[in-house]
Amino acid sequence: MTTRHDTAVPPVKEGGTAPGRSPEDVSPAAEKKRARLSRRWQRDIRWSPYAFVSPFFLLFVAFGMFPLLYTGWASLHQVELTAPTDMNWVGLRNYTRIFDDEFFWNAAKNTLTIGIISTVPQLMMAMGIAHLLNYKLRASTFFRVAMLAPYATSIAAASLVFVLLFGRDYGMINWALDTVGISPVDWQNDKWPSQIAVSSIIVWRWTGYNALIYLAAMQAIPHDLYESAALDGASRWKQFIHVTLPALRPTILFTVVVSTIGASQVFGEPLLFDANKGTSGGAEHQFQTLGLYLYEQGWVAQHLGRASAIAWTMFLMLIVIGIINYVISRRLRASS
Amino acid sequence: MRARTRTARRQAVVLAAVASLGAGLLAGCADDGGDSKSPSEGGGGGGKTTLTLGLFGAMGFKEAGLYAEYEKLNPKIKIADNVIQQNANYYPPLLNHLTTNSGLLDIQAVEVANISEIVSTQADKLTDFSKVAGVDKSKWLDWKWAQATTKDGQTVGLGTDVGPTAICYRKDLYEQAGLPTEPAKVGALWAGDWAKLVTVGEQYKRKAPKGTFFMDSPGGLLNGIIGSEKEKFYDASGEIIYKSNPAVRAAFKLTAEAAEKGLVQSQTQFQPGWNSTIANSKFATISCPPWMLGTLKDNSKPESKGKWAVANAPKGGNWGGTFLTVPKSGKNVAEAQKFVAWLTAPKQQATLFKVQASFPSAPSAYTMPEVTGAVNEMTGDQPIGTIFAEAAKSAPVQVIGPKDQIIQEGLSDNGVILVTKGKSEQEAWDAATKTIDNKLDK
Repeated sequence: MTTRHDTAVPPVKEGGTAPGRSPEDVSPAAEKKRARLSRRWQRDIRWSPYAFVSPFFLLFVAFGMFPLLYTGWASLHQVELTAPTDMNWVGLRNYTRIFDDEFFWNAAKNTLTIGIISTVPQLMMAMGIAHLLNYKLRASTFFRVAMLAPYATSIAAASLVFVLLFGRDYGMINWALDTVGISPVDWQNDKWPSQIAVSSIIVWRWTGYNALIYLAAMQAIPHDLYESAALDGASRWKQFIHVTLPALRPTILFTVVVSTIGASQVFGEPLLFDANKGTSGGAEHQFQTLGLYLYEQGWVAQHLGRASAIAWTMFLMLIVIGIINYVISRRLRASS
Repeated sequence: MRARTRTARRQAVVLAAVASLGAGLLAGCADDGGDSKSPSEGGGGGGKTTLTLGLFGAMGFKEAGLYAEYEKLNPKIKIADNVIQQNANYYPPLLNHLTTNSGLLDIQAVEVANISEIVSTQADKLTDFSKVAGVDKSKWLDWKWAQATTKDGQTVGLGTDVGPTAICYRKDLYEQAGLPTEPAKVGALWAGDWAKLVTVGEQYKRKAPKGTFFMDSPGGLLNGIIGSEKEKFYDASGEIIYKSNPAVRAAFKLTAEAAEKGLVQSQTQFQPGWNSTIANSKFATISCPPWMLGTLKDNSKPESKGKWAVANAPKGGNWGGTFLTVPKSGKNVAEAQKFVAWLTAPKQQATLFKVQASFPSAPSAYTMPEVTGAVNEMTGDQPIGTIFAEAAKSAPVQVIGPKDQIIQEGLSDNGVILVTKGKSEQEAWDAATKTIDNKLDK
């Protein structure tokens, strides 16, 4: 640091001073100039890092912080989308009514169940696939890239295809069930089938993504661990349980946290699964998630105040989930 | 020597890559400029003015050749539209753009279920047509004009089509079920009373071709019935009365009854599953505003063309219809107004009916040969203009309110559909009203 400081002082251009720095040669004017430049340099070094990182923070303030605070402010008002500047103070009413808003709790329950039936199989499948990809196999790059294909597909396109697959009368899945003698399932209108169908879209999209994360972590596990395990007579399965899983613990924790946050914000899949009325999440709101309910209140029913209160409540719930995750992860770390 | 050629070659390759990349980027830019679909491109394109329209559903101006005709009449104008499939996805962003007064196209369509809300809350963002030269109030159905007019006399939208409701039915399926197939006779079966339509449904069911239903969906039947009421969800003073209005409850009950008897298929209209039932000819009857023929056409297989016919509904009613508005913040307000006035003139409305079966909101079009002689691919050689004109004239002047769409969707999509899932009428009604009230509660 110090050397850089020295060499970076700009050379004096005029005044006939010899190269190098012999203080007695320097005229007072040049001295001043140098001092000024040096001060400028000091300021530069102190403040420019902030300038370099400022774009993010300015954008965050404009597009993250401000909406967050504005939403909080709006949640204390009765305000409609048709006239967003026309606010009517109602205090905490938008929050207190959430307690007995059965649609909110229904949505919360759906978010939880959809979250569980999408996240758990997703991560388990991802782990299995990553384990298989970790073996030496031909065209492994192809398979690894192929894993990411669903993730690269747009939600809209994927969901629309799934809607057709899950059609009640002419869908391919019911047709397949029919050929093995199972009577057709109303995937859209019955509670559990619709939630499973929505979850399957999520599983399809994200399994490959998580598998690649696991795969990356697996490849960082030293190979000699496996070798010595094999020498000890451990089977492939035993190796997986006793070598791979423990080594992956932090990665698993990371994917669990990310998936939980993702699951609590599920929106596109259930919205598009019901192509027409979308936001109500089925005739009986059977797959309406919190994200959908928020959108319905804000953009369909046009109650910005209520929607803002829902948004903040969701935010607080996420913080609670985050704390739980943190506590669990600390326990896990302590136990290992 | 060798080394030098290699670097030279490498440089050449890099240069070529950079050049092609640059060319690609430039081509990309040129592309964007030339085919200016973006709303902000106002006066671009070689001195031409591009007018942009925001539309939803199958409005069919382009298909009817109206853009091309106007471009020929006005060589300086280019027309581009941006069509969103469903109003449910079109309206919320439109409202958002209106409240912030930005991101609006030159011309924006508004559905009749939303026009009341637009008129009462967004009129100051829209231009007033009542003062535009060449716009003659007397050309429109009075009520259509009034729907887009504010209390202080600003007319913010010009009506395109209306939705006089008739009943479309499959001649071949009716014949197999032993019902008459002549439109006049079929209409007479249920004239005057929607309950008679349900009775006909029971007759149909007794001898119905296997796997077919009498009607397509509970929502379609419900909307047909409610559309023939003068007061539905709001009373004349603007109060919400949908829960206490006996007509609405009666319509709900009758639809639920039809659903319980298995006369309507368990479908929600405009969903992929419903579209497939059209393609597979799974139902014989549908509440049929003229635009529904367009939906049938879009989803049918070729072999069902000409197999439909149109009969009078039990009572004349209205379902749907659109307005065109010109936002003040647009770049070509005067040109846009001129175009809208032209597009909604009786002559153009008649042309639109001929091609797209969107029924004119200008009565003087009803006697034009384009309307009286119009036949539709789906209904064969039956002249359908007269039937819809009759329905349009007998339709009541309906009271519409700002939240009509929410109430209507709630009753059909979160209500009466549940009866087909084994819920009782009362349970379905409770579920619907709960959903609606939650959405209405500020």
